[in-house]
Amino acid sequence: MAEKIILNMITQRAVEEGQAMEKGKTTPEYFAACSVCEMNPEDMKRLGIWRNTNVRVTSEAGSVIVKAIEPTQYCPPGLAHIRQGVWANQVVPPRTQSTGVPQYSGFPVTIEPAINEKIKSALELVQGAVGIWKGGN
Amino acid sequence: MAEILIKNGFVIDPSRKINGDVMDVAIKDDKIVEKVGSGAKVIDAKGKVVMAGAVDVHAHVAGPKVNAGRLMRPEDKLFKSPDAQEHYRMEMGFSIPSTFKTGYDYARMGYAFVMEAAMPPLHSPHVHEEIHDTPIIDEAALPVFANNWFVMEYLKNNEIDNAAAYVAWIIAATKGYGIKLVNPGGTAAWAWGLNCLGINDPVPFYDITPAEIITGLIKTNEYLGLPHSVHIHQNSLGDPGNYTVTLDSLKLAEGVKARNKFGRDSVMHSTHIQFHSYGGDSWANFESKAKEVMEYVNTQKNITVDLGCVTLDETTTMTADGPFEHHLNNLNHLKWANVDVELETAAGVVPYVYDKNIKVCGIQWAIGLELGLYAKDPMRTFITTDHPNAGPFIRYPRIIKWLMSQKAREATLDTFKYKDKVIDATNIHGMDRELTLYEVAQMTRTGPAKALGLSHMYGGLSAGLDANVGVFDLNVKNMPSDPEMIEKALLRASWFIKSGQIVVKDGEITGHGNKRTVWVNAKVKANPQVTRDINEKFLKNYTVGIGNYPVWDALAPNPLVIDIDAEA
Amino acid sequence: MPKWITQVGCPYCGSSCDDIECLVSDDGKKILETRNACVIGNEIFHHVSSPDRPKRPRMRQPDGSMKEVTYDEAVDYTAKALIKAKKPLIYGFGSTNCEGMSAVARVAERAGAVLDNCASICHGPSFLAIFDNGYPSCTLGEVKNRADVVLFWGCNPMHAHPRHTSRYSIFPRGFFTTKGQMQRTIISIDPRETDTAKLADYHFMLNQGHDYELFDAFRTVLRGHDIPAEVAGCKREMILEAAEKMKNARFVMIFFGMGCTHTDGRNHNVDIAISLTRDLNTHTKASIMAMRGHYNIAGPGQVWSWQFGFPYCIDLSKGTRAHMNPGETSSVDLAMRDEVDCFVNVGTDAGAHWPIAAIKHVKKHPVITVDPNICMASEIADLHVPVRVVGVEEPGVVYRMDNVPIQFKKVIDGPEGVPSDEEFFDKVYTRMCELTQTEPIWVHVKEHAKASSSLEH
Repeated sequence: MAEKIILNMITQRAVEEGQAMEKGKTTPEYFAACSVCEMNPEDMKRLGIWRNTNVRVTSEAGSVIVKAIEPTQYCPPGLAHIRQGVWANQVVPPRTQSTGVPQYSGFPVTIEPAINEKIKSALELVQGAVGIWKGGN
Repeated sequence: MAEILIKNGFVIDPSRKINGDVMDVAIKDDKIVEKVGSGAKVIDAKGKVVMAGAVDVHAHVAGPKVNAGRLMRPEDKLFKSPDAQEHYRMEMGFSIPSTFKTGYDYARMGYAFVMEAAMPPLHSPHVHEEIHDTPIIDEAALPVFANNWFVMEYLKNNEIDNAAAYVAWIIAATKGYGIKLVNPGGTAAWAWGLNCLGINDPVPFYDITPAEIITGLIKTNEYLGLPHSVHIHQNSLGDPGNYTVTLDSLKLAEGVKARNKFGRDSVMHSTHIQFHSYGGDSWANFESKAKEVMEYVNTQKNITVDLGCVTLDETTTMTADGPFEHHLNNLNHLKWANVDVELETAAGVVPYVYDKNIKVCGIQWAIGLELGLYAKDPMRTFITTDHPNAGPFIRYPRIIKWLMSQKAREATLDTFKYKDKVIDATNIHGMDRELTLYEVAQMTRTGPAKALGLSHMYGGLSAGLDANVGVFDLNVKNMPSDPEMIEKALLRASWFIKSGQIVVKDGEITGHGNKRTVWVNAKVKANPQVTRDINEKFLKNYTVGIGNYPVWDALAPNPLVIDIDAEA
Repeated sequence: MPKWITQVGCPYCGSSCDDIECLVSDDGKKILETRNACVIGNEIFHHVSSPDRPKRPRMRQPDGSMKEVTYDEAVDYTAKALIKAKKPLIYGFGSTNCEGMSAVARVAERAGAVLDNCASICHGPSFLAIFDNGYPSCTLGEVKNRADVVLFWGCNPMHAHPRHTSRYSIFPRGFFTTKGQMQRTIISIDPRETDTAKLADYHFMLNQGHDYELFDAFRTVLRGHDIPAEVAGCKREMILEAAEKMKNARFVMIFFGMGCTHTDGRNHNVDIAISLTRDLNTHTKASIMAMRGHYNIAGPGQVWSWQFGFPYCIDLSKGTRAHMNPGETSSVDLAMRDEVDCFVNVGTDAGAHWPIAAIKHVKKHPVITVDPNICMASEIADLHVPVRVVGVEEPGVVYRMDNVPIQFKKVIDGPEGVPSDEEFFDKVYTRMCELTQTEPIWVHVKEHAKASSSLEH
């Protein structure tokens, strides 16, 4: 069992995310759909966590707390997926290979258990990042 | 708007057989009138030529394939776009200019009307969005029909009335102008990666031949009495030896009489005929058959042609002849775009460099000009470059220079790397005919206006016609000895008045004019079978709802609708 | 009586379905029910009537709170911000009509702005590949009527384009494909076993990020050469078999998505996909298409190509001519280099969809969000301007993923006093002209359009 594991991260669209986004990015549905990291049960085992535990995902660009879930669409060991959106973009590297497009998929992340840490709301993450978050923590 | 008097110019107006007489042209509001009051704005045209606004019978200036060309060729902008005129929109691009540049450049050359030569019906809202964004010039668009499932089905069974009902519906739904044929049957075959190279090659699956499609659409056109004849891009474009296919296709018009109320005599317009006048059977023995083709055209009063002259530029080819573009791409290996359009047509786009160091390009250049020089009837022979296929439309003045000056032709011939081989394969060397400005006016103004059934608005300077008048810095009584001066004068009008507004002065844009979209609304008897067929195909095979298919009026905000009652 | 309105266009994904039916209340103000829409589309049609929807612009106050202001104040603020900025960035356009894009282009040209759209972070690399290699494509009806081998490469329509497979690509019975799915071989290339991959006859679960190698293997095989026993984690036998299927097909269709453009290789992945399509055309008929994400994200590529010659990343700051160089003039790169000093987010949500680092940079300067909804970009903005929802409350032309223009109708009236994107930006343009004491350029054609636009819809 490792304290942390390194996985290859992709961030892509999911129908749950699409539907929730149209309902509104401040809704509980959007929170539920997007603040999750899908990973193979084998990787969870390596990390020593149960499904639905919070984890900290850290990349070269930043870090975010999300809930580790079993993939709704099969993910092989070694690959992790955060659905596109606010949580994913806390860790997506802004480098573009001079094309304009950030590295949304295929970047290494460290994943570690964060059982007692809270998942921040979309608003807290984004407003917090630009220094205008007025809510509590 | 108000009154304008263009004084003392050398007026060239073939519609009234006026050739360089010193006269005045009077304008009131948007029409030419007999005379105006003393308060009229006076333009001094002394020592200059005065001609009607020019009419372009065939150019690809708006729509999906033009835009595919713009999108995929950033290099057509880089170092090739002029600075914007202050207070005007930016002007980007060379061979496939932006819509703003298209409108401005045509106006600078004194053009009043341009026909978009191929509109895929499914994409007609796109064509009209671009036309809407093209300032100054009036425009119309020809929907393509010769590979359309409905048309092939009706014509296979010789159901001209059904074909006519369908064609009339499409022309109205797309706010189109007439019937365009592109590689009849060949483009339909291209949907399976095939082609029809001769007019008797059967179209895969449809059990019809290109000849039957051509004949059927000519009949349909005259059944409807449309202002323009069928407008055809024939099979086998660009292939060595294709002139026999061309002659075979042209012969299909023999004996057919024009039936319309617009003063049109022709029943077939054969477009960019340069690309269809090739001899030889390979690129090695490729040669000009301009003489053979034009001799036939000269004898057939019911055929009009446009030249499609090669301008020796780097340009962008684009055509609804999908298989041709694929073929061309296999020759030059540059980038290739293609769009097959469900049930209707296809299109391809490939950049092309007409290089004067390449023998074939030199021969193509010569063929275009030979066709113009062999033409006996300038009223049936129009100057085009099949913009942007053989070159951009801003080269029209250069074509005119070549047609008007043997010296200019020989000078260009001298720059060719394979001059001798070009001379061997063509007749251009030593041809001493030099067209007059009067003939040029026939080929760019009066002739195309007549062929399009638009003589009541364009192509002349009689009272009652639209006030489209260009003034050019050329003295017809003392033409410049340097042919370059001809090109220079025609590229940038001294004045251009479009629909009564001064839009160009000293070659610079001075206004956005009053741009119109011209379209034809042909009424036919209700035809329940065709209505049922259309509804069924939309339900089963199209991916767009029939209710969302006809072009909204808002997309042609300043329309000029030509109503036709085919039953009358 | 409530009334069904048919052939309504759906303002969600690039499938741009135009067969939605909406039951509209007596007063024409509310959509009670929809038919044919996917779950996401359905949500949009219902969400427009949400009581939470903002109906007036809100401006951020010194204390950080948002206060309602009038539209005139919003117009004035936007015009002044654009005039003041040396190099404003106007970005977005995932969710508006071409009329709006055109109005913004006029503003951008006047402002000397950089004009960019969501393709910049989605299919931008596809444009780069098209610049190099072209784009042999077709309309979606061709796929429906003819395609018998369909590849989904790095795309997952079951999630991103929910009705794509039923309307166009897998299930529909077309003219030459009367047996529908039975007649099609479906090939999925994806590192995950997505819900689209589950529908496939062949699923290549390649090693993530190794798309180029697999494309190259297909090309190699099609050209008659051998390949190693395993490429990108996929077995040779399976590659050979799938290549044979493609070669013997009547019509091969390749759809590709973010799996190609968001990862290593970017434009090179698309470039080789296009080359594969070209190669296939020597054997049979083949076409390729980008799975564009939004219902009109092909729109700015079209509108701006005919207006400026470029589909995206258009730097108009020179004032006399446009310049495009993705990597240099692309939104995220400009933001990361701190090169823009005003950010206008139109019909999208950069706040949620850009890497957060880029958002931190643009937030150093005025941020204006023009969008119907509360979103992350609206909640960090200095000014949020709500507008009507295109396709529901505002008609207009949109370009489907295959660049087919579709005229989207209006279904219900928008909230009172709320303008469309086009109306808002036309006012901004007029205000900019007033403030700079310059003449508007060629606006009369728009007046014609408005006069006659009441005739239909």
